[in-house]
Amino acid sequence: MSAKDDILARVREALRVPAPRPGDHGDGATAHADTPPSHKAREYLPPAAESFDEQVAQFSANATALRAGFHVCNGQDELLRRLTELRDAESWKRVASHASSLTDAACAALRLPVLKTDAGYDVHALETCDVGITGCDALVAQTGSVLVTTRSAGGRALSILPPHHVVLARKDQLVRDLPAAFELLKRNYGSDYPSMISFITGPSRTGDIERILVLGAHGPKRLTIFLV
Amino acid sequence: MSAPVQQFKSQADVVSRDLRHREFIQTALNNYAVVRDKNRNAFRNYPAARQAAAETKWEAIHHLDRHLEQLATRLEARGTHVHWASTGEQARDIILDIIRRKNARSIIKSKAMTSEEIHLNEALEREGFEVVESDLGEFIVQLRKETPYHIVFPAMHLRRGEIRDLFNRELNSGSTEDPEELTMVARRVLRQKYIQADIGFTGANFAIAETGMISITENEGNARLTAALPKTMVTLLGIEKVLPRLEDLALFLPLLATSGTGQPLTCYNTLYGGPRRPAEPDGPEEYHVVLLDNRRTQILANPEQRDALHCIRCGACLNVCPIFRNVGGHTYGTTYSGPIGSVITPHLRGLQEWKHLSYSSSLCGACTETCPVKIDLAHHLLQNRRNATQQKPSWPWKIGFKLMNFVFKRPALYWFVPKLGRIGQALHPIVKGTRLDPAYAWTRSRETPRIARQTFREWWRGRG
Repeated sequence: MSAKDDILARVREALRVPAPRPGDHGDGATAHADTPPSHKAREYLPPAAESFDEQVAQFSANATALRAGFHVCNGQDELLRRLTELRDAESWKRVASHASSLTDAACAALRLPVLKTDAGYDVHALETCDVGITGCDALVAQTGSVLVTTRSAGGRALSILPPHHVVLARKDQLVRDLPAAFELLKRNYGSDYPSMISFITGPSRTGDIERILVLGAHGPKRLTIFLV
Repeated sequence: MSAPVQQFKSQADVVSRDLRHREFIQTALNNYAVVRDKNRNAFRNYPAARQAAAETKWEAIHHLDRHLEQLATRLEARGTHVHWASTGEQARDIILDIIRRKNARSIIKSKAMTSEEIHLNEALEREGFEVVESDLGEFIVQLRKETPYHIVFPAMHLRRGEIRDLFNRELNSGSTEDPEELTMVARRVLRQKYIQADIGFTGANFAIAETGMISITENEGNARLTAALPKTMVTLLGIEKVLPRLEDLALFLPLLATSGTGQPLTCYNTLYGGPRRPAEPDGPEEYHVVLLDNRRTQILANPEQRDALHCIRCGACLNVCPIFRNVGGHTYGTTYSGPIGSVITPHLRGLQEWKHLSYSSSLCGACTETCPVKIDLAHHLLQNRRNATQQKPSWPWKIGFKLMNFVFKRPALYWFVPKLGRIGQALHPIVKGTRLDPAYAWTRSRETPRIARQTFREWWRGRG
């Protein structure tokens, strides 16, 4: 027998005696719903805003608490202006990005050498870039998270290796909460999921030395999100 | 007495007397409690969230066979190699075999308590491979050649001065003791390790049966880099980590963050389903997932304590435990410390040798009360005590009950015993607190309660 068969046989043998459900004291008093408990998640999870404006405000408040930058831009022109300001303020020399309509426009406007990751790249070259500019799958108002995948954000490393991660999101990408984000993943990818899906909630951080918060432990020190 | 109990007693004695250490640990854990409570209160209905989590894990474990097969099938459909390991030794052999086959030299690791459980680092180093822990806390304890102090905060027992000295000795980092600068020292050193490493090794927080994905929760981004740069990725996880559905994470990710570190959500919550796909620019060419039993099925076979497999390793029960807070993490001498460690270690390593951990409890129930998936830890400690005594009663226990039985059956003797007790107590001060005292284990640090002036029968007769 293989180890797989061994383990599954032990599991099945063990499960022949059932364990009581949580909160069930054998008196039949606890009724359990047929739907999985996660389907009622909105009844107990932290509340999420309803309208678009409220969701923007909630995302903004979360981003501030997480020490991420968040800017709402009225159109692409404002985005490009703000990006060039950021370029000058941080004196970027090299930019890393991937192909998409928003990121392409941003890279063109920055007028800097651009490393595109789409068709593969040299990791040492990516390491020398000052900023990684990516798209995303969604922004989550409830938690202030950015949802990225290998497909929407130029692979696995672009959103984690450079010291500054800039996210460009469209207004229709803002979703209210985590259940909505998982619905969106199922809807958009079905059974053909990207090999990596990541919820990014603020810049990289650690508290491993005396529980004192330090940003930029291994990933980006800065995270800036533009909603266009 | 066996070696683990001696080690526990002597180390507990030292650490609990170290007031500076206790104050340092308790301050950190009190700060954690403040942010944990703030985030619990942010839930619309935290008790309902806990109940939902407990029911979801119950469902996951109740159909564990089905969920594991589903997980493996979905992972394999995306080109992932799924391995099954009955024991720690089998898991080590599987991982060594992958490393040898890839002609690898260096391994970068993100945090994995399962790898501590199977002593993977020692095995890899013995074979001459370079293993580098990338989580900052794990990196620090690795440099100190220590085990993690806490399952979530591995280096919480160290002060910045100690880390400065360590980094200066090992990495030549100079005299800075600023936490930010020390973190940047580690960042610089580890950056090169990610780029050079042949193998990226990770643990897992959850495994999604429905979609065949491994979920990893972290703050630093070290697991993200570990999963992005090396050509081969290996994940080791216990078979109990499964969740039935993808959307279950909408509850479990905030719950883990709240209980684990007191955050609303941890910085990076990432799902991995397989190696780099044809259209993707980067990622590992091979992905291996190793499913570890290592006596988890033994816990599964015990319906009374099966819910110990619901554990999401958040560390919340350690943080509130009065024993952990006073004796510290290393005293346990186990991979998993605190209440959950005391409950499961006897199953993983043997009841008689590790039963003492179930007695190192005040039975206050703080662990049961805080557990986000409602594991009844306090009662499991009592069950371990009962099982240990049933399996192998100790001679004082046997004699004690025989004596009690003898006395209780004889009214005259029963009448006489309290009198004898009073005489004994009157004479007690002569030896009290010295080694001649038969109650020395108690009296060396505590007062003995006084025997009542009147027995019940005396009171009954004289009630008028």
